[in-house]
Amino acid sequence: MAEGAVIRRRTPLRLWLSAGWLTLFFLAALFAGPLSPQDPLAQDLLFERLPPFWASGAEPGFFLGTDSLGRDVLSRLIHGAQIAAIVALVAGFGSCLIGTTLGLIAGYYRGWVDQVISRVVDVWMSFPAVLFAILLIAVIGTGLTSVIVAIIVIDWTRFCRVVRAETMAQARMDYVDSARIAGFSRAQTLWREVFPNVLPVIIAVLTLEMGIAIVVEAILSFVNLSISTDDPTWGGMIAEGRLSIHQAWWVLVFPMITLFLTVLSFTQLGEALRMRFDPVLR
Amino acid sequence: MSFLAITDLDVRLRDSGQRLLRDVSLDVAKGQVHGLVGESGAGKSMIGKAILDVLPRSVEIAGGRITLGDTDLTALDPKARRHELGQRTALIPQDPLTALNPARRIGGQITDRLTRVLGWDKSRADARAMELLDEVQIADPARVMTSYPHELSGGMRQRVLIAAAFAAEPELIIADEPTTALDVTVQKQILKMIAAMQAAHNTTMLFVTHDLGVVARVCQRVSVLYAGHVVEDADIRTLLSVPGHPYSQALLSATPRYDDPGASLRPVPQSVIDATRAEAEARDV
Repeated sequence: MAEGAVIRRRTPLRLWLSAGWLTLFFLAALFAGPLSPQDPLAQDLLFERLPPFWASGAEPGFFLGTDSLGRDVLSRLIHGAQIAAIVALVAGFGSCLIGTTLGLIAGYYRGWVDQVISRVVDVWMSFPAVLFAILLIAVIGTGLTSVIVAIIVIDWTRFCRVVRAETMAQARMDYVDSARIAGFSRAQTLWREVFPNVLPVIIAVLTLEMGIAIVVEAILSFVNLSISTDDPTWGGMIAEGRLSIHQAWWVLVFPMITLFLTVLSFTQLGEALRMRFDPVLR
Repeated sequence: MSFLAITDLDVRLRDSGQRLLRDVSLDVAKGQVHGLVGESGAGKSMIGKAILDVLPRSVEIAGGRITLGDTDLTALDPKARRHELGQRTALIPQDPLTALNPARRIGGQITDRLTRVLGWDKSRADARAMELLDEVQIADPARVMTSYPHELSGGMRQRVLIAAAFAAEPELIIADEPTTALDVTVQKQILKMIAAMQAAHNTTMLFVTHDLGVVARVCQRVSVLYAGHVVEDADIRTLLSVPGHPYSQALLSATPRYDDPGASLRPVPQSVIDATRAEAEARDV
């Protein structure tokens, strides 16, 4: 209690690994051009299906081998990271903004506003998400913007639900009454008193959502509904690698590992951030 | 001349129309401590919430008047009422665990009302908050000001809440079971402190509790509530020596006696409960 007896928890190793991997991921996304050893789009049929560097027959300069069109896998992974990062950030924050706003309003003001928002969320969530996305893309057309819009349109409900529940729990606390008695308006109470206490949950869901956005983008590019097939996306690479799995496993496996590690890191980080921001656990 | 006057207050559930308070009337003179006793569910806290305009959304005031000094609170529009209440009233809440915002430092939570309602600047409000923390016997006010609630013990949090309640020199403080959530050993200290602060600031106080021992210690007048209506309103001596209503008598004899530890507990008899309920319902036309 007294004398700043703050319990310092050791940061677990998996958190360091997650943060390290995500740093690598965002650096790759930011400096995709200079970091890539090759042009990710350059095809060279003389160099098709080169194995990764440790295998016999590997060529220097193609660390992770090439695909069936002779394109460098590592360079394509790095450029894929760029697209994944854009999707994670824009779609993540977009759905967070919409879902959080509606969730706060529904959870705090209740009444008919809550009824309307909650029913919309129920209906929304009853659609199978991926099918919904495919349908949306079919209507608004393919492309990076469409993918992001589709993810935001589908995934805001995730934030809305969680934020609404947490807001309701917080709004029952006595400190909310005290703030009202101290002369705060409802909107001020919501923003100044309730929101800071809901923030840890929002951050956790946001980090989680970034991972999910990357998966959704990968699924959409796997079924060829994301951006043009030439552009390197992890999902697209997995789709292409699938066809040559027996001749060149590395074309499939490397993007899968990358995708897996990235999503896992986001999940781990989300959980850790929640712990960090929660004033009671802090 | 009464300072806080509640006349025929009716509070009911919005959906079913079930009445939670029936024709509740109270008069509290300036500078007095008025006790509000009754078992859980009797509607004690509901009266405090109705005065402070923080009733749950499922509940509404269906009739009656609440006046504070010369101001009829029930006649004001919500915004004006909010302002009036912010300037003149404060609450000492029941549970110090949930009554402080876990995400904000203590200092800001005490000075809120000073800066918001009274328009003080920050340094003046901070100085006043330090003074108050000192008054509630907190040893290191400067450190507590920058602490988060979870860094303080339950007793300290309740002291902070008392300091916050008295900060803006409100005319009326509603104490909603301020000692119920505390350890018995701390209860007595806190009770003493509230009584001392009330006397020093000459604040009118409505003291909600289920504990007749607490009432005897701090209140001058008492209203006994049952099933949402006032069954008896008497000064403390009269209530403790010659309680008028059978329910008050039963409640009083249900209090454990320290001077006779061998005596078995006597719960309020069912017949009294039935009769009191019938009486309440008879009013419910």
